[in-house]
Amino acid sequence: MIAELGQFLLILAFLVALLQSGLIFLGLRTGDTAVFGFARAGAIAQFVLVGAAFACLTWLFAVSDFSVLVVADNSHSEKPFIYKLTGVWGNHEGSMLLWCLMLTGYTGVLAWTANGIAPRLITLTFAVQSMITAAFTAFLLFTSNPFARLWPAPADGNDLNPLLQDPGLASHPPMLYAGYVGFSITFSFAVAALIEGRADARWARIVRPWALAAWTFLTIGILLGASWAYFELGWGGWWAWDPVENASLMPWLAGTAFIHSLRVMEKRDTLKAWTILLALMAFPLSLVGTFLVRSVIITSVHAFAVYPERGVFILAILAVVVGGALALYGWRANCLKPTGVFSEISRESSLVVNNLVLAAACALVFFGTFYPLFVTTVSDETLTIGAPFYNATFNPLVGTLLILVPISGMLAWKRAKPGPLLRQLAPAAIAMLAAGIIAFALADHDRLAGAMGTALAVWIAVGLLIDLKSRLKLFDIPLAASLARARNLPLGIWGMIVAHFGVGILVLAITGVSAWKTESRSFMQPGDSLTMGQYEIVLEGVSRVDRDNFIAEEGLFHVYYGERDLGSLAAERRFYPVRGMSTTESAVQGSALRDVYITIGEPVATRGWPVHVYIYPLAFWLWVGGAIISLGGALSIADRGRRSLLSRKPAAEQVQVAE
Amino acid sequence: MTRFQTFIISLIAALVITMPVLAAPGPDETLEDPQLEARAMELYGQLRCVVCQSQAIGYSDAPLAGDMRFVVRERLLAGDSDAEVLDYMQDRYGDYVLMMPPLQANTIFLWALPFLLLLVGGAIAFAYVRRQSAQMETAFSAEEDAQIEALMREEGRE
Amino acid sequence: MRLLAFLPLALFAAMAIYFAMGLREDPSVLPSQLVDEALPDFDLPPIEGYQLGLSDDDLHGEVSLVNYFGSWCPPCLIEHPMLMQISRSGVVPIYGIDWKDEPGAGARWLERHGNPYVRIGDDQSGRLAIEFGLTGAPETFVVDREGRVRYRHIGIITEEDWEETLRPLVLDLQSQ
Repeated sequence: MIAELGQFLLILAFLVALLQSGLIFLGLRTGDTAVFGFARAGAIAQFVLVGAAFACLTWLFAVSDFSVLVVADNSHSEKPFIYKLTGVWGNHEGSMLLWCLMLTGYTGVLAWTANGIAPRLITLTFAVQSMITAAFTAFLLFTSNPFARLWPAPADGNDLNPLLQDPGLASHPPMLYAGYVGFSITFSFAVAALIEGRADARWARIVRPWALAAWTFLTIGILLGASWAYFELGWGGWWAWDPVENASLMPWLAGTAFIHSLRVMEKRDTLKAWTILLALMAFPLSLVGTFLVRSVIITSVHAFAVYPERGVFILAILAVVVGGALALYGWRANCLKPTGVFSEISRESSLVVNNLVLAAACALVFFGTFYPLFVTTVSDETLTIGAPFYNATFNPLVGTLLILVPISGMLAWKRAKPGPLLRQLAPAAIAMLAAGIIAFALADHDRLAGAMGTALAVWIAVGLLIDLKSRLKLFDIPLAASLARARNLPLGIWGMIVAHFGVGILVLAITGVSAWKTESRSFMQPGDSLTMGQYEIVLEGVSRVDRDNFIAEEGLFHVYYGERDLGSLAAERRFYPVRGMSTTESAVQGSALRDVYITIGEPVATRGWPVHVYIYPLAFWLWVGGAIISLGGALSIADRGRRSLLSRKPAAEQVQVAE
Repeated sequence: MTRFQTFIISLIAALVITMPVLAAPGPDETLEDPQLEARAMELYGQLRCVVCQSQAIGYSDAPLAGDMRFVVRERLLAGDSDAEVLDYMQDRYGDYVLMMPPLQANTIFLWALPFLLLLVGGAIAFAYVRRQSAQMETAFSAEEDAQIEALMREEGRE
Repeated sequence: MRLLAFLPLALFAAMAIYFAMGLREDPSVLPSQLVDEALPDFDLPPIEGYQLGLSDDDLHGEVSLVNYFGSWCPPCLIEHPMLMQISRSGVVPIYGIDWKDEPGAGARWLERHGNPYVRIGDDQSGRLAIEFGLTGAPETFVVDREGRVRYRHIGIITEEDWEETLRPLVLDLQSQ
């Protein structure tokens, strides 16, 4: 019964979404203002309906109702309860339902919080958002019904993919989706602005927290994904430039460009057409991230071959969404006349460079991901575009851009004088050179890359401290006065400085992990030891461990650094009988300076266990840097631009509200 | 599931999990010479495990990846240069095996792309910034300058 | 400027067409580097219990099939009856290469399921497989009289593959 109820609720949500978008467009056409009122109610209704449907599916998983196909395929009565629940989105149908829940959730929150937004703009936004909801609930109902029954019901389920039985992965898709789906709101606002033929600083201010929220969730989601790859997948790294990762990076890059240009639009009422275009691109790139790469074209052609209707449906949605939005853009973009002007040397210009490079980086990742497919389509040749390609193109491109980070924030709006700025930043330049030289002298391999990475990180960090010091006039005025200035500094600025500082830390961590890493592989028998520089790794023993739903072979290692005993750690190879799948658990012995990272493979007769040991300097700071970047995003969301709202053009704003 | 079934399954699992993979004779996983070993490690990152999902052989547990690593070590011991090792693999597995696509007719566009993007995008952006900054003189307004000043003060940069 | 605003749409249209084309492709199928090339030089010992090994010289003078298999490989077992059928038909000799098997395992496997091969080489280390550019088992190579590889078949040979692709190719090569 619960399954049928869930399905019924989903059908209702689809109908409400469909009706709502239709009625709004009809109402706006006939000039009926009644639509303004029910647009909000309809948005909340969609959320409640999809939320209830999701609750139904969760219930079915919780009670292990194997008469429901997805439950039978993806759950098992002996699975830990918490993973029964996370199993709801550990499969295609459930994850799509979660996706729809997030979509209506965002719309619901928008309906709840949307006050003081011009009624036509917000109502049009709801209309576009409802169209998206209608499209995706239809996708669920017609191609991926999570409530389909299975008859006769099997006695037990097929288990969940063992790779998904992990807290990191259980939380990783929801975060990622919260990011992806968040860009639907900015997309809808952009479409609404184009239909209206007007977007201004006020529009940017309304959209900014949504863009930042989406971007922050996406950042956290990518971070969780990277840490999952690092700790669980056990292949020995945190980022591999594989299509699945690239898919999440593309909307992130577009989103990063977007939040920067949005700032220009909000403060200076210019770069409007470009900002709107970024808003229109971030969401489709998210769709590419969710669907094309994950389930349709790149990773698994077979998934597409088995369910061709899903691929066609998604491509159709994508074509309509992007094609429609871009056609509208071509038609209306010229209505977006900028008013603010700026000189070649100004904050605005530096952010134009930022957007240019980020857009180029995004395009680069896009082509890098899809080019092999393209080559295969037009010829019989096959290509691989792997990490070395991105290291040779993406890294220098983005690395060069990052030089601008401390400079950009210190440049004045409209027109800036470079002279005083360069003098102010001189200590940062000196620190940068010193750090680079020290890193070059100390490293024993990849010295140039390591030196450049260190120099860049120090430049960013010290530059930002100088920036902050000058904003607070620290040490130039009494400390209390500086503190008062700190309190008065808008959260958006704090967010910017914090996030950029996180970037500096991330650059240092990436430098450590990639330039200074050392690795060693060897076959080991219990009692054998492996020496890597100062480190000695001893395999103490290998034992079999039986757990609830898997059997593991556990290698127990002991690590010494010189004379110092760093303790023991265990790497596992797990076997999940129900699925007949093996997974690896890497052993990580972390500290602030370096991670000792060990994986163990299948034993080979007479030679023992293949053991792969990595020393990753500064790996810990990857997560710290990422967390600080996310924190910066969160701080900026909290900034509602209160003061600037009051100080800027009060008269003009009243006119707009009255319209 | 009965206890007996569980027992059987774990028995099978135990067999699977400890089933030995046949050892490859010859150079062991690690090369004696640390410099050769470092080159081998670098090359492992340059070659794709052809049975994996976009993974380099250095990171893969697949048996074939192990065999490919073996060949890399064998070629290095035979005195091949890094480029020769890559060529050797490319001769057998095609462009597909190279993690870094070689510069050739079908990848010119790909390799030119970063430069194209920066050049074309840069030209458009530069032209735009120049054209609109030309209005700086004519579009001067005291009101706007006051706004900028307020904005800078708000950001702590007066 | 007006037209510039339509540029994103034009780019997207081009991309959409490319995606639509890409959908019909399977990027995981690899073309063989060996096609139309001479076989690598090799001289494999026989598997345990057999007298004849396999070297590239054995493959000169007659059109033949070279089939990579292993006793540990379930798809090979599925393919096996088809190989037996081809062998009985006498159309073309099949040479086998036992890939990364334990000593004796290949022989036991052939004893149980029948031996379609004229000669069998033992590639215990898997070293030769790399020379063949092998990505998995089973794989089958069609070799012409001059000892050049003319075709590579990845995966199981089905009745259909044999009748529609491999057999016509073999007959064609034999008539040349």
